[in-house]
Amino acid sequence: MADGSSPQPTLVRTLAQTADPVLAARPENRVWKKFRGHSSAVLGGMIVVFFVLVALAAPLLPIPDPAATDWGAVRKAPSADHWMGTDEIGRDVLSRMIWGAQASLLAGVVSVGIAVLIGVPLGLVAGYFGGWTDAVISRCTEALLAAPFLILAIALAAFLGPSLTNAMIAIGISATPIFIRLTRGQVINVASEDYVDSARAIGLPTHKILGRYILPNVLPPILVQATLTIATAIIAEASLSFLGLGQQPPAPSWGSMLNTAKNFLNQAPWMALWPGISIFLVVLGFNLLGDGLRDALDPREN
Amino acid sequence: MLIYMLRRVLIALPTIVLISIFVFALQKLLPGDPLLVLAGEERDPEVLEVLREKYRLNDPIPMQYMAWIWNAVQGDLGTSLRTNQPVTELIAEKLPVTLQLAIMSISFALLIGIPAGIVSAVYKGTPVDYAANVVALSGLSIPNFWLGIMLILLVSVRWQLLPASGYVSPGEDFWQSMRTMLMPAFVLGTALAATLMRHTRSSMLGVLSADYVRTARAKGLSERTVVLKHGFRNALTPIVTLTALLFGELVAGAVLTEQIFTIPGFGKLVVDAVFNRDYAVVQGIVLVTAVGFILMNLIADLLYFVLNPRLREQ
Repeated sequence: MADGSSPQPTLVRTLAQTADPVLAARPENRVWKKFRGHSSAVLGGMIVVFFVLVALAAPLLPIPDPAATDWGAVRKAPSADHWMGTDEIGRDVLSRMIWGAQASLLAGVVSVGIAVLIGVPLGLVAGYFGGWTDAVISRCTEALLAAPFLILAIALAAFLGPSLTNAMIAIGISATPIFIRLTRGQVINVASEDYVDSARAIGLPTHKILGRYILPNVLPPILVQATLTIATAIIAEASLSFLGLGQQPPAPSWGSMLNTAKNFLNQAPWMALWPGISIFLVVLGFNLLGDGLRDALDPREN
Repeated sequence: MLIYMLRRVLIALPTIVLISIFVFALQKLLPGDPLLVLAGEERDPEVLEVLREKYRLNDPIPMQYMAWIWNAVQGDLGTSLRTNQPVTELIAEKLPVTLQLAIMSISFALLIGIPAGIVSAVYKGTPVDYAANVVALSGLSIPNFWLGIMLILLVSVRWQLLPASGYVSPGEDFWQSMRTMLMPAFVLGTALAATLMRHTRSSMLGVLSADYVRTARAKGLSERTVVLKHGFRNALTPIVTLTALLFGELVAGAVLTEQIFTIPGFGKLVVDAVFNRDYAVVQGIVLVTAVGFILMNLIADLLYFVLNPRLREQ
């Protein structure tokens, strides 16, 4: 604290480390400590951060234009010039991988964002009001859950027309019922707690009870589910692009790269190798992160 | 028991109605006049009018829905625009192929996932558990279409051990059929095995710390009996339910797997239909899979009931 740059956090950390029973018991400290102790979760977080940084830095990196063709370097194996080789029309695979990371991560985050923004409010309303509101929302949720995730996304993408945006909308809508159902269940648990009763007793309006007392208490499981659903959404986007229903050429996406690569398996196996490994790593990263968050946020497990 | 079953069936009905409304509404998402899509190249106004009458596009939308669902209930899901075959016939033709793939994948998943889950729960916290978890998480994270591509590259192209694509019906040549389906079933089965393993593990962990398991140990029963008879039997209920629920994942996975291994099944049908803008086929498939999924849920519920004596007595 001698430099005086950040007195507060250091103080808090030192106190927590000296095992002050009050500070150590503060939920955010406990959660962070448990999360840090979870080496696989930290690894997952690091993988995710790495890919996010790469995707964000794409315009700044000294890499060739991902759409620039070079007919003199068609399907060249990895070399000093092209670290990951070139594709069937001589584009640099590394550059397409890095720009493709943008499409994949964006698809994962945006589609889960859509699902959370629609699903959580509906779940809050269904769980809090119960009765007919709940019955209607729940039946619709079950109906949507009855159609397998990817089939629903394929059907929506087919009817909306193939594009990355429509793929994200399709995946988002298909993932929405998961969040409605989860939020509803959590709200039903929380709404019978004493502090919610007290909030009602002092006459707070419903939106304040929902926003200030219920929502913050149902967020942890939603956060965990969102992290795990990003993993599913990234695979779903890759699947849709692989089928030709997502990102359209020449814009790069890992799924569409795999789709092209399968035609050149024997001549240019590296074209199929990198996108697959990247999808695997990103998805693994989000899965590890989600599992770690679940353990860290679960108050029962200590 | 009968009342419980009847109630479950009655609850499933509104869900089926809702999903059918949703599938019907998909058509309304189509940009532009659906008639022009239905008509294909045809632009003669008189023909268009006949088509408009035929597809009841002049009727109010609720009436259109009623007509559509009435036909659907009678097994008429419309005709494919491309092949002019009834959609029901197309689905019935492709379904057995996908069923074979599904049964082989789920058997594979059960054979790997359940023992791995039990072992990993019994040896919780040991390197065995850790390794099983790493493998399971990798299985969940590998995009199965990529796994398929890589296997084709290694097993079929490089080592030439198994055929890379195609389909042989088991009635025609049983062993050849198994050989062609082996790789697709493995690809589709990995993610399912991983899911099953993780659920078996957590279900077993819950059961193994229960009092009756401690009692069984205290009685001096062998560890094998304790784990399999007292533990696994009680852990089985949620696993059975889950297996039925995996149906959705199975169908979705089949779409990609069939695409990669060019297997002429249900999944290939839907992808081809999407690209040929054969909307009646897409609608038919979504409706059939959804109803299938609801039925699987129903079966899971009933199995749950049968497997759990405590519920039966209520």
